[in-house]
Amino acid sequence: MAAPKKAAAGAVQDKTDGASPPEFTKEQELKALREMLLIRRFEEKAGQLYGMGAIGGFCHLYIGQEAVVVGMQMALKEGDQVITGYRDHGHMLATGMDANGVMAELTGRRGGYSKGKGGSMHMFSKEKHFYGGHGIVGAQVSLGTGLAFANHYRGNGNVSVTYFGDGAANQGQVYESFNMAELWKLPVIYVIENNRYAMGTSVSRASAQQDFSKRGASFNIPGKQVDGMDVRAVKAAGEEAAEWCRAGKGPYILEMQTYRYRGHSMSDPAKYRTREEVEKVRHDQDPIEQVRNRLLAAKVSEADLKAIDAEVRDIVNASADFAQHDPEPDAAELWTDVYR
Amino acid sequence: MPIQVLMPALSPTMEKGNLAKWLKKEGETIKSGDVIAEIETDKATMEVEATDEGTLGKILIPEGTADVAVNTPIATILADGESAADLSKAPAPAAKSAESAPPAAAKAEAPAPKAAPAPQAVAEPDPEVPAGTEMVTQTIREALRDAMAEEMRRDPDVFVMGEEVAEYQGAYKVTQGLLQEFGPKRVIDTPITEHGFAGVGVGAAMTGLKPIVEFMTFNFAMQAIDQIINSAAKTLYMSGGQMGCSIVFRGPNGAAARVAAQHSQDYSAWYSNIPGLKVVAPFSAADYKGLLKAAIRDPNPVIFLENEVLYGHSGEVPKLDDFVIPIGKARIVRSGSHVTLISWSNGMTYALKAADELAKEGIEAEVIDLRTLRPMDTETIINSVKKTGRAVTVEEGWAQSGVGAEIAARIMENAFDYLDAPVTRVSGKDVPMPYAANLEKLALPSAAEVVEAAKAVCYR
Repeated sequence: MAAPKKAAAGAVQDKTDGASPPEFTKEQELKALREMLLIRRFEEKAGQLYGMGAIGGFCHLYIGQEAVVVGMQMALKEGDQVITGYRDHGHMLATGMDANGVMAELTGRRGGYSKGKGGSMHMFSKEKHFYGGHGIVGAQVSLGTGLAFANHYRGNGNVSVTYFGDGAANQGQVYESFNMAELWKLPVIYVIENNRYAMGTSVSRASAQQDFSKRGASFNIPGKQVDGMDVRAVKAAGEEAAEWCRAGKGPYILEMQTYRYRGHSMSDPAKYRTREEVEKVRHDQDPIEQVRNRLLAAKVSEADLKAIDAEVRDIVNASADFAQHDPEPDAAELWTDVYR
Repeated sequence: MPIQVLMPALSPTMEKGNLAKWLKKEGETIKSGDVIAEIETDKATMEVEATDEGTLGKILIPEGTADVAVNTPIATILADGESAADLSKAPAPAAKSAESAPPAAAKAEAPAPKAAPAPQAVAEPDPEVPAGTEMVTQTIREALRDAMAEEMRRDPDVFVMGEEVAEYQGAYKVTQGLLQEFGPKRVIDTPITEHGFAGVGVGAAMTGLKPIVEFMTFNFAMQAIDQIINSAAKTLYMSGGQMGCSIVFRGPNGAAARVAAQHSQDYSAWYSNIPGLKVVAPFSAADYKGLLKAAIRDPNPVIFLENEVLYGHSGEVPKLDDFVIPIGKARIVRSGSHVTLISWSNGMTYALKAADELAKEGIEAEVIDLRTLRPMDTETIINSVKKTGRAVTVEEGWAQSGVGAEIAARIMENAFDYLDAPVTRVSGKDVPMPYAANLEKLALPSAAEVVEAAKAVCYR
């Protein structure tokens, strides 16, 4: 990369090889649209519920980054594990976890994925191979490497998809994990979601090497920068990385260049960037609008797209309703699940 | 004057070793740096290099001699111009070894070890062992190794990872032979990367594998403590019971000998503070074996605190196909009616010695080996205190917020009316561990301090 990221003048740069990613079929476009819309509408609703006081504590929204998890999920096969940090609602919905269970966890109710004991940052699903939901920046990188260790130990052909942000990429254990993953040829895709701000600190103010795809260079781990706003590019890169891992060649790093529209958490006024910067990305590169425009150009009707939107809104509204009416956990739950 | 070659100390805790082999004969010329002999300890075989030049005058300890105390003269080197006739002029051995070493000229016989083995004799039979069970004498190091090997044979999901556990055969030789039996897939040398491999272990455990993560010492586990507490201990709760983690973190904890402040901390109190963890800290060889097997089978994360000083100590281990001791049960190893001494791990060394001393003065101490710190067997403590009315806790760690403080609180909460004296703590002193031998001794608890405390609570 020649220029530092701050020269990007607000745009999320596509520093991939410039070639257009492989086209999606109409079915793939529709699937991607639906999955991304579900995340967007879910997060908008979560933001509302937070404002109403129904959701407490920390709540980190994924709006703007939807193409990353949706594209990656389209590149995976059954049994591949997903693990991430605390901006995790999108990952859970993308793995197929139930919106009611996620929203009820956000409101701290008994029907939540963790019976109300985990909250926004801590949800898990064995069934969907989602391993959390972790609140300590970077800790999931060692854990995700451990998931890959287990795949390698069992020889099951599965891949661990370990997500972390540009901020976590500066944690020491990330590099301890890179070293072991390459040394032992573990099947792990490290997906660095570079949304350009670690809380309020921009990449250029925190990172000596701003090209995150090179962060594995001293361990000989290949890496690629990907336009994380284009779901097709994400899927293509994910497939390439997964193939590398499944062939026994070890880990692979994907730097997803993306952007979060909202603050770091609900309580972040986002004074560290301009309104214009956010608006420009939304206007020029929104991952959902890209798909919608391609579908319209392919003569899919406005009515068909509206039907998808309506279906998604129904799911989200139902989850919000469930999450506000489901009872809180029984007081006896305080003492359960400490040991098994 | 002839130069004496002394039995070298090859590790901080070595007290004696076997003279395996002489590589030079009497009368041979020796240059500085020549390997003259091989010494075997329970951890390793090491070469002894000459640091002086001359002729090997006399071999004082023949090869094959076992248990030669550190600092015993093993040979003399004659300088140029000296002859065998000068051998009688060899200086007396250094003061430290004088008590235990035989006279230089004496026909070699195995000298007595410098330190007596830790008291392992127990008055009370172990309720976990059926009467009439055949016992074998094993070092704690061997008991640990056998426990891991048995569990690895039993369950293919069990594996060991850590620094130097495989090809080096364990930094303290606890994993000796495991690589040969189970291969590199299940006995895994890691880079020096505690934070990272602790997280890798926890991640693997979340999928259902059962890692045994060895820390070369728990002092290094401070690098990994975030993964141990935030990931291993809390995940079951945070996931509403969906996803737990069956994993053992094990390794030596607390003070070894002369390794100073950064390698001598006792973490008993730290880990026993955390809900979600089980914490085990045994003392006897049998308990080391039976409790490690239980820890490996436990579906929860278990912190298994060992003690380097105890690794070479031997004890009677039941010869049973599957000897498992339940976690969470203390053991009364000596009964008495006047005062209860409560300890665990190497603290038991002081407690048992003190009980012997107290008996000579007519005070019968009941000694409880906690064995597990979390969950703590409060019932056994309380029942004993109800009988004796007095309690002294003994720990190598610091007193503030220590395990002794916790025990004292539980006694006060559950047996206040039975107490005839305040519960008293004997602990490590409130300083970082010093290096100097005399200061280190002062920093650790002693049997004398336990005796003093016991007498004080008995108003004697």
